[in-house]
This record gives sequence, structure tokens and C-alpha cells, in this order.
Amino acid sequence: MSEHFPALILLAPLFGALVIGLFGLRDHRVCLPATLSALAVSLFAAIALARQVATGGPVDYFMAGWEEPLGIGIQLRADAINSLLLIVIAVVSLLAAVFTIRPAGERDTEKTPYFYILFLLLAVGLFGITIAGDAFNVFVLIEVTALSSYGLVAIGSSKRCKVAAFHYLIMGTVGASFYLLGVGYLYLKLGSLNMQDIHRILDADGTLHDTRAIRTAFVFILVGIWTKMALFPLHGWLPNAYSYSPSGSAAILAPLVTKVSVYVMVRMMVSVFGLDRLEMNVDWGHLVVWLAVIAIVAGSMMALAQREVKKMLCCLIIAEVGYMVGGAWLGDPGRWGITGTLYHILADALMTSCLFLAAGAFAKWLGVVKLDDLSGLFRKMPLAATGFVIGGLAIIGVPPTCGFYSKFYLIRGGIESGQWFYVAALIGSSLVNAVLFFRIFEIAYFGKNPVASHAHGHGSDDHGPHDHTHDEAPVVRREPPLHALVPVLIAAALLVLLGIFNGPIVEFIRTGLIETAKVVSNG
Amino acid sequence: MKAKIFASLSVLITGAILLYAVTDFPDFGDPGSPPNAGVPGGAPSASRYYLENTYRDTKVPNVVTAVLADYRGYDTMFETVVILTAGIAIFAILRVLRRDDAPAAPDPDPARTDHTIDGDHHRIIVGTTCRIAAPLIQIFALYVVAHGHYSPGGGFQGGVMLGASFILLALSGSLRETLTRFSESDYMRMAFIGIVIYAGLGLLPMWVGRNFLDYGALSGLFMTKGEEMARSHSMLGVEIGVAVTVMSIMFAMFANLSTRGRLRGGL
Amino acid sequence: MLSFFQETIVPHFNFWIYVVIMMIGLWSVIAKNNLVKKLIGLSIFQTAILLLYVSLAVKEGATIPVIESQVLAGSAHTEPPAAEGGKKALPVINPDGYANPLPHVLMLTAIVVGVATLGVALALTQMIYKDFGTLEEDEVLRKIKALHDDV
Repeated sequence: MSEHFPALILLAPLFGALVIGLFGLRDHRVCLPATLSALAVSLFAAIALARQVATGGPVDYFMAGWEEPLGIGIQLRADAINSLLLIVIAVVSLLAAVFTIRPAGERDTEKTPYFYILFLLLAVGLFGITIAGDAFNVFVLIEVTALSSYGLVAIGSSKRCKVAAFHYLIMGTVGASFYLLGVGYLYLKLGSLNMQDIHRILDADGTLHDTRAIRTAFVFILVGIWTKMALFPLHGWLPNAYSYSPSGSAAILAPLVTKVSVYVMVRMMVSVFGLDRLEMNVDWGHLVVWLAVIAIVAGSMMALAQREVKKMLCCLIIAEVGYMVGGAWLGDPGRWGITGTLYHILADALMTSCLFLAAGAFAKWLGVVKLDDLSGLFRKMPLAATGFVIGGLAIIGVPPTCGFYSKFYLIRGGIESGQWFYVAALIGSSLVNAVLFFRIFEIAYFGKNPVASHAHGHGSDDHGPHDHTHDEAPVVRREPPLHALVPVLIAAALLVLLGIFNGPIVEFIRTGLIETAKVVSNG
Repeated sequence: MKAKIFASLSVLITGAILLYAVTDFPDFGDPGSPPNAGVPGGAPSASRYYLENTYRDTKVPNVVTAVLADYRGYDTMFETVVILTAGIAIFAILRVLRRDDAPAAPDPDPARTDHTIDGDHHRIIVGTTCRIAAPLIQIFALYVVAHGHYSPGGGFQGGVMLGASFILLALSGSLRETLTRFSESDYMRMAFIGIVIYAGLGLLPMWVGRNFLDYGALSGLFMTKGEEMARSHSMLGVEIGVAVTVMSIMFAMFANLSTRGRLRGGL
Repeated sequence: MLSFFQETIVPHFNFWIYVVIMMIGLWSVIAKNNLVKKLIGLSIFQTAILLLYVSLAVKEGATIPVIESQVLAGSAHTEPPAAEGGKKALPVINPDGYANPLPHVLMLTAIVVGVATLGVALALTQMIYKDFGTLEEDEVLRKIKALHDDV
């Protein structure tokens, strides 16, 4: 059994979706247990796989057993670069699934099973992209991910989410098509689709990588992936799509989809083109780092201008994407930049998950959408607010949360490669984050006017009576239900744990990074 | 106007970058190009392997089918999942269900939608012709599915034809009548059953310790002499699964898109 | 000029054609105001990519990648049966005689993806039309702004 973990990770949610489709459409009680158990199996398989990778090096799995010659079948590959991300995907999707549990009294809709099917298929796509070892297979799974995310965005009842989903669809399809074009150019020049095989061919002939075709291929793969991850000038679809989708959808879409795209970019750089070859073209690296700097600045500026909680978080995602893209392209000899990027992918997925879960809880149980309405939050939801604060501190980069360490590694990479503007942008963006979150904390803690939030509190009708006659009255504490509160707190705890154990994690990633480059070159 | 200038510029830049690489490419129809033969001086490409060895490995003369359903069967499974996802997404977006949105549009008079140009005559001639044609189309579609090993064809093509036969019935007669034969609960269930067939067939080899989708392990199940014939038979099974899903989702897409999710009235 | 034509365009005409079609599609995705026209552009764009891949599969003088029964049967007659296991010897197949199967397989996937995306996109346009009564992008955006002030 143990050799099948790579396949099991994504087969479990796939069969979960099939079980819901076959039995859950009639009986809605099937949906949630099927979702949770499928994702739990994935989590178990991901952890077991990471242990295998830690003890025995990269794990390959050849679909249908077509192993020799390399490239005729489809390869799955788990190594130090992606095995931790697989765990994080499983954890974040599990938290989001727990968050969607409905309280006993609440009416569920006829579309509930379809939500869970799309949710699980999204998880299948994300796992599949992360573990794929074949460039075309990545495209197919990008489309599985994309189509289920369009559905998840548009499943809400608001009018805006349909338009947001349409723009997301146009941008997403153009991005995926660019990626496909890039893969086509690679195939045209190298005759292979398997990542390891492409790397081997590029190694065998030292002149190939500098041809026009390969350069163009790389540019198109990058532009396609950048569209998918919403790097600054291509970010237009993201804020609306994530802030107008239902809370349960946003809790899985926002943390994972952009991060997995960043991972695809890193995978392409490390396993397909090879870091050594990229480092020969230093000018390119500088260009991309500049794009990233612009993205960081623009994302932070946009975040300052927002007045809604989720929109602000979306703008922060755009800035964070800038961190990761810049870090991956720093090209410092110690490879701290790319290590920091891989660590930041994990950290950012958990941070965004924590913040979006908390924001979803505020929106659902307090009816709070705008920043100004957060006043008195600490008195109403002390525990959920604490989770939100820890998430905010992680985004700002306060030790011992993981945000501090990831920024530390990124800045170290920036200093070693002499990219001072990148370092400055990182620090500046941290300051902006500090301003943003301390403004929220101030409103939430010292906010004088809890009445305002009651006016908007239409989402909570099943709670006791409240005293909203004058400002000084004690606010009734009403935490969100346990199933919404627990994911927020778990995510917050994981942020701290990931920060405390950053040493071994980074060590694991770094050895893997160096080993991957070596093994691929020799193989 | 500004949008058009921006569009023209970005499109021209994209095109220029794409054409910049053209001189580097193999000539049109060159059998020795890297995709066809492999990189000069390197190992032969996967395509060359397929052409030379598919018959040895799987006893299937149609190389495209063998690559689709066996060598790259994992991709094809997710291709089917893409179709399913699209069907579910369309359903989630469009379908108007009783309990959800109370003010559903009034049911248009069923008789009115069927009388288009000249009433019953139109319906009799076109409807009868299409009703006769539909089973023939379906039989041909089954042939396309089953004969995919030996001639161009396979699950997707056959599945689309099967779906088209139902769409034809709905267009020529009425959607309501077609839905009595192929109801919503039927096609939703069949869409999932198709993937269950595909993935389940792929899961069986894991029982005996082989990799996912490694049909060679199924020679005991199919009582074939060698692993090659087991692969060949499994490909047929997989193609049937694909056809079932594609047929159901094609009809589901039509039914939902043509009635804006109400499954009443329609075109 | 003529040499450019002969060396760059003629042997690579498939690439020129696909790039032109792709540009048409991409242009209408970006520039058109009507949502359905955008989708038509998107389809053209995706189809151009199919054309690129399929044109890679072409080999001069080759037929479709289905091995003919004569080839399979003929070699079975000429080659003596192998000693062990009584298996027939395998036919010798000339790979240059058949078109490359892999791009066809890949593009079958891409076609399916294109259909699926188009279906979802049409469903979304229907909902947008139902909610806003128009398919012109600028009007939809204006109406959304109006919604925004309400909230």
C-alpha cells in the first residue's frame, strides 16, 4: 500500500466527489462525511508521503506502470519541494471543509451537494498539479482546478459573483492557453513532455536552452502562470472573484489557488529549466524581480485604499504573490531566495486561510463586511478575533509566527543577490501591513460604536437579544459556532508552529532543492 | 477606442514574440523533427516509441486510442473529470431548483413552444424523421465507441454522438418528452457512473499491487492469455466509461443552457 | 524579400497561419465589448493552439496513425514463429509512415477542455443577462457600480 500514496492523495477526493454524486444528490447527509473523510485520507497519505521523502528521497510513481523509457507514460513525483505543500493543501482544504458545516437549524439548499462536489474536485486539481511530473498533465489539472473554481465563485446568490466569475474565466482560460502554448513550443523543440526528461535533454545538449524557441516557450509558460497567480498587471480578476464568492469557497480558493500557481512556476524553474541555466541569464532575473517589486508596491497601495475586509485581504494576496515571484528569481548563490519562496508558499497558504476563515466568520455571524464595522469585535468574538490577530501578525511578520521567518529568508536572499529595491519593497510592504492591521486592531479593540455593527448584523437572527441602546453597554459575547471557530484557531496555531519549527522545515526544503538539481542532472 | 489600441498593441507583441521563434522550428511535415523522431543525437521521442511498440504492448492497431487510454490514460481520466466538472458547474450556476428561488418564472405553455412555423405539420414531419434517425445515430455511436481500437473513434466521439441524438430529439420534438426518457436524475447519475467505470477499472490493478491504471494486471479478470489483450479489453471498458459521462453531460449542458436551468419550455 | 519568403514563411507556413488566427482571437477577447463576442474570440484563440499542435504531427507522405492490417498480417506470415511460447513474431513498423499520434491525443484533451470552458462561460453569460439585462461589458460594469452604492 505504501507505494501508492502519490496516487492515493488525489484519488481519495476524486472518489469522495463520486460518492457524493452517486448518493449525496438524494440524501444530503452523505456530503459532509464524504468530504471530510476523503480529505482526511489525503492528509494521511500526504503526511506518510512526506515521511517517505524525508527518509528515502524523492518518490516517483508511474501511472499505468509505463516507466521505461522515461516520458512515454505519466509520472507523479513527490520530493522535498512539493511534499510539504501537499500537506498544507490537505490541511487548508480540510479546515475550509470543517468551516462549511451547517448548524443543525440552518436550512441547507438544494445545491449543497454540488458545492461539495466542486470543492472536492478543486482539491483533486490542486493535489494533482502539485504532484505532477508531466508538463501537459499540469495543464489538464489546471483546467480541473479552474473549472471547479469558476463554479465555486459563481455558486453564490449575489449578482456580482457571476460577473466576477466571468472575468475570472476569461483571464484563467487565456492564462492556461498561454501555458499550453509554452508547453507546445517546448515539445516542438525537445520532443518530450516529461519534466525530468526535458531537463535531461537540455543537459545533454548545452546549446539547446539558449535557442529562440526555448526562450519563447519559457516566456509563455511564465506569462500563463502569472495570469493564474495574479501577478500585478494580470491581477484584475482576483479581488472580485475571491471577495464576492461564498465564504466556504473563498476559504479554499484564496489560500490555495494562487499559491499552487507559484509552486508551478518554481517547479518549472527548478525541474524543467534548471536553476543553473536560469542563473546564466541574470538580466532576466532582474527584470522579473522588478515586476515583483511593482506588484508588491501596487498590492500594498491597493490594500490601503480598500474599505472591505475581504477586498483588503485580496490585495494583500497580490502583494504576497509579488514576494514569492521576486524571491524565486533573486538568483542569489546561496539559493536563500528560492528557499524563502518555497517556505513562504506554505506560510502564506496558512496565513490566508486563517484570515479568510476569520473574515468569513465575521461576515456570516456578525454581518460585518466593512472595516469600520469591526468595532467592538474583541468583545463580541474574543477567540475568533484572536485568531484573526495572529493571522495579521503573521502577515506583518512578527516573530514567532512563520511570516517573520519567511520574510527573513527572502530578505537574506535579496541582500545576498544585491537586490536592494526588492528588500526595500518587502520591508515597506511589511510596514504597510502593520499600518493596515493595527488600524483594524484599533477599531476592533477600542472601537466606540458597536451600534453600527448591529445595524448590519442581519446574518445573525438566532441569537439572544442585545442591548444596543447606548455605546457603553456591555456587548453580548457571541462567538461563531464551534465548527467555524476551531478551524480559525487551528490555522492560527499552525502559523505559530510553522514559525517555531522553521529550522528543520527550511533545512528539508534546501537539501531537497540541491538534491533535486543534482539528481536530475545526473539522471 | 483606448481598449482597441491597447488590444492591438498587446496582440501584436504576443504575435511578434511567437513568430520570433519561428526560424528555430523544424519545417512543416519534417519526419525528423524533435516531436516526431526525437532530439538529434538523443533518445528517440515518445511518439516514435508509441508507433513502434504499441502493437506489441497492447495489440491495438489504432495508436491514438492506445496512447489516449493506456499510456496517457491518467490525462484522459482527468479530461473526463473536466467534462464532469463543467457539467456540475453549469448545473450549480444555472439550475433553478424548487426550494431555492421561490419566484420561478411561470411555466410557459407546453403546447406553445412546440408550435413554431406551421403547427402540427412541422412537428409531425420533422419529429418523426428525427425519431427514426435517433436510434440509427445511437447505433453508429456505439460502433464508434467499440471500434475505436481499429479505426478513428473512441469514447469522446461516440459519447458526443450519443448526446447529440438526445439533443436532436429535444430539438425536433420537445425537451419535456425527451426528459421523460432520459431524466435529470438519470443523466446526473450516469455522468458519475462513467467516471466510476474509468477510475474503478484503474483502481482494480492496485488490488494486486500494481500501479493505478496498469491494466496489464487484469488478465485474470478478463481471462486473456497475455497482458496485452487485457490492456486492449480494459481500453474498451475505459472508452465506455468516457462515452457514458460525455453523453450525459452533453445532454445536461443542452438541457440547462437552452432553458436557463428551468428544464421547461426551451427552444 | 524573396529569400525571406522562401526561407522563413514557406517551410513554416503552419506557424504563421496559427499565429495570425491566434492574434485574431486574442484581439477580440481583449477589445470586444460584448461578452458573447469575447467568448467567440476565446474559442478562436484556443482553436489556433489546436492547429499548432496538430500541425506538429504531420509527416510528409505519412498516413493516419492506425497500423494497417496488411502490415500486421503480412509480417506475421513472412517471419517464422518464435521458438518459445509459440508467439508470433512482431511486425516491423516503420514509424515514418504514420503521423505522430501524441499531439492528436493532447489536442483531444484540449478540445474537451475548450468545450467545457465554453459551456460554463455560456451559463455565466445567461445569468449575467438575466441579472443585468445586457451583455455589453461596459453597461454591466456600470450597473454593478450602481449596485455598489446601494450596499
